[in-house]
Amino acid sequence: MEVTSNTTIEEGQVWGGGNQPLNASYGKMMMWFFIVSDALTFTGFLVSYGFSRFKNINSWPIADEVFTHFPFLHGIDAPMYYVALMTFILIFSSVTMVLAVDAGHHMNKAKVTFYMLLTIIGGAIFVGSQAWEWKNFIKGEYGALETRGGQILQFVNQETGKRAAIQEFAIGIPAERATHQSSNGIWYQSEKALPNVSVAEVTKGFIADENLVIRTQQLTEDGKKTVLSREASLAKINEAVGVVEGANLVHNEYGNRLFADFFFFITGFHGFHVFSGVVINIIIFFNVILGTYERRGHYEMVEKVGLYWHFVDLVWVFVFTFFYLV
Amino acid sequence: MAAEGHKLAIFRGLVKFKSNQQKIWGVLLFLSIVTTIEVALGIIKPEILMGSFLRMKLLNWIFIILTIVKAYYIAWDFMHIRDERSGLKNSIVLPLVILIPYLAFILLLEGDYIFDVMASGFTAWNF
Repeated sequence: MEVTSNTTIEEGQVWGGGNQPLNASYGKMMMWFFIVSDALTFTGFLVSYGFSRFKNINSWPIADEVFTHFPFLHGIDAPMYYVALMTFILIFSSVTMVLAVDAGHHMNKAKVTFYMLLTIIGGAIFVGSQAWEWKNFIKGEYGALETRGGQILQFVNQETGKRAAIQEFAIGIPAERATHQSSNGIWYQSEKALPNVSVAEVTKGFIADENLVIRTQQLTEDGKKTVLSREASLAKINEAVGVVEGANLVHNEYGNRLFADFFFFITGFHGFHVFSGVVINIIIFFNVILGTYERRGHYEMVEKVGLYWHFVDLVWVFVFTFFYLV
Repeated sequence: MAAEGHKLAIFRGLVKFKSNQQKIWGVLLFLSIVTTIEVALGIIKPEILMGSFLRMKLLNWIFIILTIVKAYYIAWDFMHIRDERSGLKNSIVLPLVILIPYLAFILLLEGDYIFDVMASGFTAWNF
């Protein structure tokens, strides 16, 4: 049996915990315990995402239409490329981490330092990319109207088939509507910044432009969003009660609100893991430079933070699949 | 685990590496190829794979299987599970392998049921 320890142990020591069936240090085992429990936490998040998605299977937003940005390419529809790049960055920083662990086995301080530095840089680029992704998601692109039941109405140009931005076709109506502020109104109430256009302005612009039609949240048989006819659109627009630009925890111009909630929650929790991983890596990096592990005689600490770092990569592999691919 | 304790063969012994560093680069190459396939499939979305299998698109099944393959190699080679004693290996992997599919199964089934109730009930959701 592989399990039994190969060192001979006195009978009396066994009862006292003298044998080591797992052959792992205390710290490494505790890191594994943590990773297993953290994996189950992420499972809970991702499975509840799946639950909400199956519950709204015929009206879920299409990820390819939500995440279309790539740095320095404005107005070009580039779904997936940026997240794919982020995935490669994270996998690569995982590789430099293993290389650091491997160099640690050979007690090569210079190499451990170098690879830890690369890992930290990779992690920092990843967190920055995620922040950029969030920025685009929060800012929104085209804007939409929301009905009383929380359904999102998006606008499409009938002729070109392209999405239309509400900012562009809305026709201004002169009206006074100031943002309510707690300083000059009811003191315990305040209001977020108002959208740039009102429902009435969007409706007016929509009626004026014959080419515009409404696209609803509902998916057709072949997985596309339902586009209404001009007549149905004109009837539908009267149900709108609010303008939505971008996404937050309450409103979401891309479709179902739960999509934004889960996006913020899961990628945010993952980003927090990456961030804390970078911080821990920096601490270990300085310990390596100071020669702490050289004096200790082994670089096992690098392997322990490495386990955490790979786990973060592992979780991203799943987040990538379930948010962007599936 | 000592430095000389690395198992250097992957794909059930099909590919053997000379050193641990070479194995790391080999696994990176493999993971990159798998990710590239995923991204390519996600962009092209071949018509053949749009068929449904067990209430999910064939393409989505492929994505999930490829993800699990990637997860296996990250855990086995980057996190050194391959080199651990079977006791440690099992106590890490078994709880996850048992609990995660179980939770996914019951919650997705429930989500599907609620979808049916909302779709065929007498309450309007789309207004």
